[in-house]
Amino acid sequence: MSDININQNTSLFSKEDDGSETKQEYTFTVYSENRIGILSRIAIIFSKRKINIESLNTSPSEIEGIHRFNIVIQETGEVVKKLARQIEKQVEVLKVYYSTNDQIIWQELALYKVPTDVIAEKVEVERLLHQFGATAVVIRKDYTVFSVTGHKEETDRLVTALEPYSLIEFVRSARVAIIKNSRGFHEKLKEFEALEPGEEVIENEFLNKGDDVFTM
Amino acid sequence: MLVKDVLPTKTKQAETLTKLSGSQMILTALMEEGVSTIFGYPGGAIMPLYDALYDFNDHLNHILVRHEQGAVHAAQGYARASGLTGIVFATSGPGATNLVTGLADAQIDSTPIVCITGQVYAHLLGTDAFQETDVINITAPVTKWNYQVTDAKEIPEALAKAFYIARSGRPGPVLIDITKNAQLQIEEFSPYKKCHHIRSYRPSPKVRIEPIQQAAELINQAKKPFVLFGQGVILGKAEQEFRSFIEKTGIPSAWTILGDSAIPTDHPLNVGMLGMHGNYGPNVLTNQCDVLIAIGMRFDDRVTGRLDKYAKQAKIIHMDIDPAEIDKNVKADIGIWGDCKETLPLLSELVKPNSHQEWLQLFADHDKEERQTVIHQELNPQSGEITMGEVIRNLNELTGGDAIIVTDVGQHQMVACRYAKFNSSRSNITSGGLGTMGFCLPAAIGAKFGAPERTVVGIVGDGGFQMTLQELGTIMQSKVDVKIVILNNRFLGMVRQWQQLFNDKRYSSVNIESPDFVALAKAYRIDGQLVEDRNNLNEALKTMLDNKGSYLLEILVGKENNVFPMVPQGCSVSEIRLK
Repeated sequence: MSDININQNTSLFSKEDDGSETKQEYTFTVYSENRIGILSRIAIIFSKRKINIESLNTSPSEIEGIHRFNIVIQETGEVVKKLARQIEKQVEVLKVYYSTNDQIIWQELALYKVPTDVIAEKVEVERLLHQFGATAVVIRKDYTVFSVTGHKEETDRLVTALEPYSLIEFVRSARVAIIKNSRGFHEKLKEFEALEPGEEVIENEFLNKGDDVFTM
Repeated sequence: MLVKDVLPTKTKQAETLTKLSGSQMILTALMEEGVSTIFGYPGGAIMPLYDALYDFNDHLNHILVRHEQGAVHAAQGYARASGLTGIVFATSGPGATNLVTGLADAQIDSTPIVCITGQVYAHLLGTDAFQETDVINITAPVTKWNYQVTDAKEIPEALAKAFYIARSGRPGPVLIDITKNAQLQIEEFSPYKKCHHIRSYRPSPKVRIEPIQQAAELINQAKKPFVLFGQGVILGKAEQEFRSFIEKTGIPSAWTILGDSAIPTDHPLNVGMLGMHGNYGPNVLTNQCDVLIAIGMRFDDRVTGRLDKYAKQAKIIHMDIDPAEIDKNVKADIGIWGDCKETLPLLSELVKPNSHQEWLQLFADHDKEERQTVIHQELNPQSGEITMGEVIRNLNELTGGDAIIVTDVGQHQMVACRYAKFNSSRSNITSGGLGTMGFCLPAAIGAKFGAPERTVVGIVGDGGFQMTLQELGTIMQSKVDVKIVILNNRFLGMVRQWQQLFNDKRYSSVNIESPDFVALAKAYRIDGQLVEDRNNLNEALKTMLDNKGSYLLEILVGKENNVFPMVPQGCSVSEIRLK
């Protein structure tokens, strides 16, 4: 789930094969300082290696002043591990985790704009929207905007379903993900420090105490 | 030295030191950080800083270079020779973009430098103003850290962080871009505080003992252990700790070109150079050792050759301060993350004394073969054109191995690294990872400022010299004593060698003409001479070394000589060719 598999108690520098020769979807969770330019520095790490970012979300975290990125790519576990270390090397980055899809809970939000008269006239459209758990966000005379939250496959299916009914516009957000066995950033960091060679307790003590540390 | 003694009387009286301009804050910070030498070039957006510098001239020695690339390379040479942080000033736009090659070089070779660039007024950012360029984004991939300051209040903290980041952990270049308004802005003066901690940045971890214990166990059981060391030993100032470790264990040790000189050349356990043009034994025996101990090196492809045939039989211990290097190119069985100044003594304590006589003999046997096939002829030719190797041999005899040798990139670099004798650390300065032609001349200038008591000899090819020869102007004006040896083979020799060996001798654009280098030096009021005859070589080198002040020696060497041994690209280290 991360560059350090705590459950199996293997070391950061374990030579064991993580069974990751084949490409699959990985989600990075990056905790960083909220500073201008860090997005660009992280993006460069992928583009330098000609790796496409499939989805990118940046948002605040549960700790004030600490930002959180979710980045989705298709790669082998080996490459992903190296990328994680390169990202973590950036001065403003506190910690990087990477996870396969079965290790996270994730959602994406999709918005659909459909002509209101079509919905009003066609029963099957209404049924479709029900079926996909769509909620109306705005209802106007000329159009209605629905939202659906879910995985890409689900939101994509509704696009296909709505296409015959004059779908005007569609947009989907980036993936936001929560790591299943994460207990928040504080806790995670402590686990790391308890098990890993990189422990520097002082860093954890200072976390979230803005005045005590050297921050810009 | 107190800053108030430096500041102009006007400021002292009028404001009784309560207020400083952004530019004064920058210079104050430099003085607090112990800076004495700056390499730079003025321009519009950095004029306020240069104006303030006028008052600091007695305390900060500003070396006016001839091109900003020269400033970074000089700062690199300074940092590598002295172990201090190199400082560069440059203006916005072209001044800043001219830094990029040097920054990339410093980044890949882990050299601590702090660059301060001027930037257009904050209100003009994004307007495509005169000499505006997005230096932060341009330099992001080639700096360890960079930051744009638009308000003078940020300056002390930004610079404190810059110095801390540049020299801590795995060192690297940092760039601080400061808008003109911030340089001019007057703000309350508060005492400068050095930075010792950034919460998101872990320069070196708390060392964990378990992997060190595992490593010691492996080393104690090893029959054919082999140490590879890189610049990490020098950057960590761990030369003594390293020596104690290898001397206790009796393990043969080979170096990457950036690790060269960390232990003396004639140390009995120093078995030579790794990599493409490295020594025969270290390359071949990499694929025979049972435990490979890599210390402060990063398994560059020029060192490893073909990776899937690299040391597959060996257990690998990798010690590095940068966790991203461990497992990056070569998978480690044991990774020891930490500063080798800390980790090496812990390891030394746990290993048993040993002497691997038979194993060392194998290195000696390979060395003998290499000497017979390659080295003897290269160093002692009796007839024909002068070889690069014999120039280095003569130089070794005259300096005794005490000089700093700064090289450029190409054949002469490989020959110099292979044959130069070094007695002390920080003596070999070269562009390793990036392979930057044009590095030598400015880096040699910087090295002399970084180690003024030492003899600095720059060894450069006819191609590389012409890339930054304008820095002869810097030598002239700063009266810096740099000895320049141009090994002129009238070719871009390394590319020619490859074209000969791999492209059926189709010499494509490698035939390079040169000016009269000695006359050129003379134009810059630098003494020099041309050597064409072997019989004059030693005397000419002696004249150069004895000359008061800088000197340029152009030596015509064999036109089509090749550097051997060689691991052809795509081959395994054990497939190294002696001819």
